[in-house]
Amino acid sequence: MNLEEYKGVYVFAEQVDNKLSGIAFELLGKAKDLAADLNAEVAAVLIGSDVKGLADELAAYGADKVIVVDDPELKEYRTEPYAHALASVIEKYKPEIMLVGATAIGRDLGPRVSARVQTGLTADCTQLEIGDFPINPVAGKEQKHNQLLMTRPAFGGNTIATIACPDNRPQMATVRPGVMQKIAKIEGAKANVEEFNLGFTPDNKYVEIMEVVKSVSETVDIMDAKILVSGGRGVGSAENFKILEDLAEALGGEVSCSRAVVDNGWKPKDLQVGQTGKTVRPQVYFAIGISGAIQHVAGMEESDLIIAINKDETAPIFDVADYGIVGDLNKIVPELTKQIKEAVAAKK
Amino acid sequence: MKIVVCVKQVPDTKGGVQFNPDGTLNRAAMLAIMNPDDKAGLEAALRLKDQYGAEVTVLTMGLPKAADVLREALAMGADKAILVTDRVLGGADTWATSSTIAAAIRKLDYDLIITGRQAIDGDTAQVGPQISEHLDIPVISYAQDIKVEGDSVVVQRQFEDRYHVLKAKMPCLITALSELNEPRYMTPGGIFDACDAEITTWGRADLTTLDDANIGLAGSPTKIAKASDKVRKGAGEKVALDPEEAVSYLMGKLTEKHII
Repeated sequence: MNLEEYKGVYVFAEQVDNKLSGIAFELLGKAKDLAADLNAEVAAVLIGSDVKGLADELAAYGADKVIVVDDPELKEYRTEPYAHALASVIEKYKPEIMLVGATAIGRDLGPRVSARVQTGLTADCTQLEIGDFPINPVAGKEQKHNQLLMTRPAFGGNTIATIACPDNRPQMATVRPGVMQKIAKIEGAKANVEEFNLGFTPDNKYVEIMEVVKSVSETVDIMDAKILVSGGRGVGSAENFKILEDLAEALGGEVSCSRAVVDNGWKPKDLQVGQTGKTVRPQVYFAIGISGAIQHVAGMEESDLIIAINKDETAPIFDVADYGIVGDLNKIVPELTKQIKEAVAAKK
Repeated sequence: MKIVVCVKQVPDTKGGVQFNPDGTLNRAAMLAIMNPDDKAGLEAALRLKDQYGAEVTVLTMGLPKAADVLREALAMGADKAILVTDRVLGGADTWATSSTIAAAIRKLDYDLIITGRQAIDGDTAQVGPQISEHLDIPVISYAQDIKVEGDSVVVQRQFEDRYHVLKAKMPCLITALSELNEPRYMTPGGIFDACDAEITTWGRADLTTLDDANIGLAGSPTKIAKASDKVRKGAGEKVALDPEEAVSYLMGKLTEKHII
């Protein structure tokens, strides 16, 4: 493997139902930073059926080039044809860095592709930067420059590890949704599109899709919310979430929850914040009746302002809260909602 | 039908994590358990065995003490257990781990391989799909329901906002979610038998299809540059007030921060 041949920062532009996923824009935002350090170009790899029309949108968020693999076999995500497409793009274009979203699609596709192109893959990264490996010079060992340093939580969020892939290319990472920032949209951007038709020959590795069942959810994505009112086991019941919903409504926010709440069947999984749920970074995060297990904190500690209400003064959530109230949520939350409503009404 | 279930012994990260004075993880102080997703995968295999009749082989790679999780699997009802252990295999990343496990599985007859979605220590979710790639078979990740139809499996595969019902020809590999089922307990008789059961142990020399370039720390493309205990955001103010005062305190803060 001649490492010098590998150039450019590439992003897998995930789309579902011919709509780009938010992670595609987040990855492009990060890719631009990395590419600036490497003096390289940013390319988006768009895989699907009838997806060419999405290319300009990728340009608007920072893609210098969009490689489109368009084929009817790629209509719905399936591991094998997508892995064939992405691995073929890597073999042809030889990117130095290949970023994939750590979504239900990306965490399936990434490892399959990395094994095929025989390179390293770091999972679920929360920080990416260009630097030296080893980070500090070691006598008798070559220090390589311009390496991708991939930082990620492990051990359920208890440890942070920084990982490099010094001898294989591309350097591949899956990146946790909600962590990287997209750039401000460049209005009217036109994509520089390269179509790559590789041909597909279905075989035994192609699974057959018998049925696609979309869960009907009227809730908005908690990852987009500016204010989250999040409840845990301490809320007590599904019915009692009403007081959190009222608070969220008064503030113009959304309700989210901890894993215990999902396990109890009080709220659906798509509202879950944490290591096995979603990572959120709202302007304000209310942690109400949430003890603050490390698996939960991993998904919300980047919030700008954390307000915790818990009756247990030793709850670990107070270790990350900007403002912590030791008290009874059933008394505090309804009164808070009432006064917020009054304050908002008084302003009008 | 022959099913191979890959299991991993992991520290129980839920029970609190212990660190050594130098900042590394104190594994000795933590309980070692069967990884939860793997246990769901094993349960799924045992249900297929109950339903259709199948031979279930559990396989793990790890230190000699990882045999404990194999005995647990035998006590739950697995038929055979294989421990892959060798000093030269240590320090492996997911590439080297999956290469090694694939080499072990090549020595076996299999129709179905089941792994957990991810291990709670590494949290990568990579080893299952990578094994499938090395063995050149289809993979279905994130399974929340598994059925057998003739020479195929029909699996509900979870995504964020939907699921797909997928049909794959065997042999294939499935990665299981812990939500898949409620794993059964070991039976007293099972524990008794598992204590004496023979565990097949394979070392490096037994894995003939494995290339030395792909094992252990040296055969791992990814290298750890730095590992540290997570630096937590510092605690802010904590107050214990009457509900009424607590609300005025919060109102003050929300106004000060221009949230309302």
